[in-house]
Amino acid sequence: MKKYLPWILCAAFAAWFLSTLLAPGDKGLAWGGLAQVPVVNGGRHQPFESLARNALVQIRDRYSHYDLAEERTVPAVEWLAEVLFDSERASRRKVFRVDHPDLISLLKLPLKNDSKDPALREDGKHYSWGQIVTEENVASLQRESERVAGKDASHQDAFDQAVRKLSGALSLYNALQSTARPRDVRDYGQFLSQFSRSLDIGATLRETLRAKYAGKEIPKDNSDPLLRIGGQVLVGADRESETGERSTLKIPLLLPPDGTEEWSRINTRLVGIRGGEPLPRSLLAWAHLGDAFVARDTNRFNAELRDYRDWMQSTFPSELSHANHEVFFNRMAPFYVAMTIYVVALLLALAYWFRFDSWLRESSFALVGLAFAIHTVGLIYRMVLQGRPPVTNLYSSAIFIGWGAIALGMVLERFWRNAIGLVVGSFLGFVTLVIAHNLALDGDTMEMMRAVLDTNFWLATHVVIVTLGYASTYVAGFLAIVYVVRGVFTRGLDLATRRAMARMVYGIICFATLFSFTGTVLGGIWADQSWGRFWGWDAKENGALIIVLWNALILHARWGGLVRERGIMNLAIAGNIVTSWSWFGVNMLGVGLHSYGFLNGAFQTLLYFVLSQLALIALGCLPLKWWRSFGEHSTDTIAPNAPTAGKPPLRPVRSVA
Amino acid sequence: MSTPVSPPPLVVPPAAGPIPVAGSAESRPLWKLILSPLSSLRLTVILLTFSVLVVFFGTLAQTDDGLYLAQNRYFRSWFSTWSPITEGWRWIVIPLPGGYLLGTLLLVNLVAAHATRFKFTWKKSGILLSHLGVVLLLVGQLFTDMLARESRMTFSEGEWRNYSEDFAASELAILSDAPGDQMTEVVAIPEGLLRAGEVVRHDRLPFTVRVSQWMPNSEPIFRAPRATNGPPQASSPVSKHFDFLSVAETHKMDEKNIPTVVIELTDNGGKSLGSWALSVWSGEPAMAKSARTSWYRRFSRGDTSGDDSQARMMAGQLHAFLTEPQTVTVNNRAYTLTLRPHRYYQPFTLQLLKTTHEVYRGTDIPKNFQSRVLIDHPARGERREVNIYMNNPLRYGGLTYFQYQMGRDEFFSTPVAHSVLQVVQNPSWLTPYIGCALVAGGLLVQFGIHLVLFVRRRVAP
Repeated sequence: MKKYLPWILCAAFAAWFLSTLLAPGDKGLAWGGLAQVPVVNGGRHQPFESLARNALVQIRDRYSHYDLAEERTVPAVEWLAEVLFDSERASRRKVFRVDHPDLISLLKLPLKNDSKDPALREDGKHYSWGQIVTEENVASLQRESERVAGKDASHQDAFDQAVRKLSGALSLYNALQSTARPRDVRDYGQFLSQFSRSLDIGATLRETLRAKYAGKEIPKDNSDPLLRIGGQVLVGADRESETGERSTLKIPLLLPPDGTEEWSRINTRLVGIRGGEPLPRSLLAWAHLGDAFVARDTNRFNAELRDYRDWMQSTFPSELSHANHEVFFNRMAPFYVAMTIYVVALLLALAYWFRFDSWLRESSFALVGLAFAIHTVGLIYRMVLQGRPPVTNLYSSAIFIGWGAIALGMVLERFWRNAIGLVVGSFLGFVTLVIAHNLALDGDTMEMMRAVLDTNFWLATHVVIVTLGYASTYVAGFLAIVYVVRGVFTRGLDLATRRAMARMVYGIICFATLFSFTGTVLGGIWADQSWGRFWGWDAKENGALIIVLWNALILHARWGGLVRERGIMNLAIAGNIVTSWSWFGVNMLGVGLHSYGFLNGAFQTLLYFVLSQLALIALGCLPLKWWRSFGEHSTDTIAPNAPTAGKPPLRPVRSVA
Repeated sequence: MSTPVSPPPLVVPPAAGPIPVAGSAESRPLWKLILSPLSSLRLTVILLTFSVLVVFFGTLAQTDDGLYLAQNRYFRSWFSTWSPITEGWRWIVIPLPGGYLLGTLLLVNLVAAHATRFKFTWKKSGILLSHLGVVLLLVGQLFTDMLARESRMTFSEGEWRNYSEDFAASELAILSDAPGDQMTEVVAIPEGLLRAGEVVRHDRLPFTVRVSQWMPNSEPIFRAPRATNGPPQASSPVSKHFDFLSVAETHKMDEKNIPTVVIELTDNGGKSLGSWALSVWSGEPAMAKSARTSWYRRFSRGDTSGDDSQARMMAGQLHAFLTEPQTVTVNNRAYTLTLRPHRYYQPFTLQLLKTTHEVYRGTDIPKNFQSRVLIDHPARGERREVNIYMNNPLRYGGLTYFQYQMGRDEFFSTPVAHSVLQVVQNPSWLTPYIGCALVAGGLLVQFGIHLVLFVRRRVAP
């Protein structure tokens, strides 16, 4: 039976993964169909679903919304449809996550309340647009945001950051509200058709726009529906065509090039309509979709959606197909699945150290293999979707570092078969994917590349190689942690294991030196190509240089016999600090040409990590008599490396501890 | 996964300290005796440790000092010190070796190691190769530091340039039309001579320049009519309308210092010809234009009428005052005085034909910056157009032109686009490419040999 366990486990997890690939059927409104409608946001073609998910995750830190009053999970697509079409209903959804107690009290938001009446329930963390956006709160938020904006990012405290985050979320929400239609309009489609027949709607709106810029207020509550609606349309219009200014609101572009050259915003398009010109097909489709949604007319909504998708299919087949693939990718969630399997594999491998039952190790190996395959599929799928090499931003660097670490771990395991490669690989795989998950909370992870980064050649060479350098340095560091922890706390670190680990760490450091050096210098060459200097002492360059120097230091110290097994382990653990500094630390400095990767708030996490590594080094420096693996027979103990170089550990060696 | 077959001694006594060299001291020539302490791996490790520290502190210092100053203090120096910037902790002073010192010592250490104890075998060929690459990288960086020169070329669409400008150093240029000649004669006094109290004479000038004030960074202040103004700074025309105020020097990456100098001229008879306030604000067209744009913005702010012609006119008038030519006439010959960025002339001209600045649809994310430029090199009979854009510089005439910035002068109702090219002259630009290839190739060979040996041993137990 035990013989088959690895296969059974593997098959079970594979079945779970495959089951997630099936599209759920729609009973009422065709959410699945809406999810696949292509739109453009942040300069990128994407399905409606990705727009919804990335917006919701920025506002709520989750990809879906659990509604306390309705006691059900609202998917991102449904939430965004509400925001776009039915702002009244959307403004009651408690989607804004507010954590800071001072901000909650400033905005006079209700505290946690487990009322029997679902409508009155509060979780004390999530609030609705309606609860937050009162006249008084808008004024206080405005004041606080202005204060924070005047502060250097490095001096902002937790409250400042909470203010910034909430203001950002409100502004994003506001942009979404202004995307599809004016608020509080029931039959927008009909309204538009009527006016386009009787009036030059674009000219009327342009007239209103000019009036606005001449300093005249647009009457808010006017009986003239055109003026009332026109005012709202103008808020959402890209003013570029009229005044040379671009809209400050980041409003998504819903309309395909349907009579225009490029994708456009609904309101911009409306303002641009010239006299007698019929309204574009896509513009009317969105208006009718919204009307059906507001009227809660499922059949009409689904019919409108089908029509629009059919039309897209015939006019923009490649955009639609790209969107379908991305929806599939979102559903597949390969990194989430891989992350889960890595944890199981890690536990199995750890269990193997306590009872050397080979099925544990084999199961772990099989699961790591499965998860690695899924991880790889995800990586390649992303590359194809984006048309880019694997690493384009911090998020994808985390995913790639995990991938590289797993690959190295599996190679180590193939050679040594002692579960050490599995533990280190699956642990790093899990942790980096958790980091990636947290980085994804900032929004779209497939954003467009700025001009200077827009080069697949350098992204594929410099970035990939330097990231592999990070991955291998981490693998060496975590191998060393395994050495120290097992040595100090367990009796499991016998001579053979120690020898094996010493070789692993040495070999990996050689690898790390090669990758980090080549990657760093390729970065220099890229800099020479684009900025005219090979080496500019930029913070990120320096971070990478420190990794190279550190790895070179370890190698030379070992070759010179200045450190032995334990010394190398401690130096390798310090390599974790060095690598984390380069990966995240320098981004927190906010200086230099590389500071596009600026991060906030992660500083504390980095600090704790550094402290933990220092603690481990201290542990590694403990006298050997306190190590459980050495305690009783501390006389034979640690061998110097150089003399036994390349030879099997046969002859006894004097203690050098 | 390589076995630890290592370059220096293959057999080390278990209690090894620094690496003793095989063979006894007496049997070795003197030069080896001198070099051997310098060749130890212990020294290598110490130097690498200090390198890590210097790079780390040099990076931290950039937050406060800015990239340029931190570079000079930590990397282009022999010694330096680091102190925290947090108030109350500034008394902590960490002395550090500078980049030059570390680079030199690493180089000496490496060369000494190879000279005294490195014996060539094929198994160690990778190490030799990568060390050679390291030498090339270190030497190349030193050459770059000494020989490379960076400057900028700023021009608007349609304009042409046959020079680039230094972005740190300025010069006092005295221009005059040589009699009976089509040429303009230029006498340029470098910034280094323009310190307060300095007196400069030149054979081609019929007057003496006495520097009364030097401001490394300054701001133009308009002398509003009827306001309580002090006496003008100088007797030159610009001083009727502007005072130049000395302000603190900046080291930030995205800011630059704009100097002003106040000089007095005396003719050869010792008679004063007057005094002049000369500023880069007037002497560099791009600076004068940026001042005009900011005045225009200030004047048109709060104006809701939508008619900004008044603001445009006022800003234009101030710009005219600021850039009014500063001249002195001696012996019937007019000399124009200007303080401007130091210029590097080339034997060819570049003309900016067209700029392209694209953003991704519906965002502010830049997608492409591109300058279309006409190269005109009469001596070589060359006249052709090229595109310069991100990651695609123009290498021409020993110089490399990189797309650096792009902007629009919004003062005009149809904004005029301008482009800034970074111009780099670096004769040793190829060394890092070769050095990198050597090191990477060397490491690949070395670790490859280890790996093959290791796997072979594994396969055959």
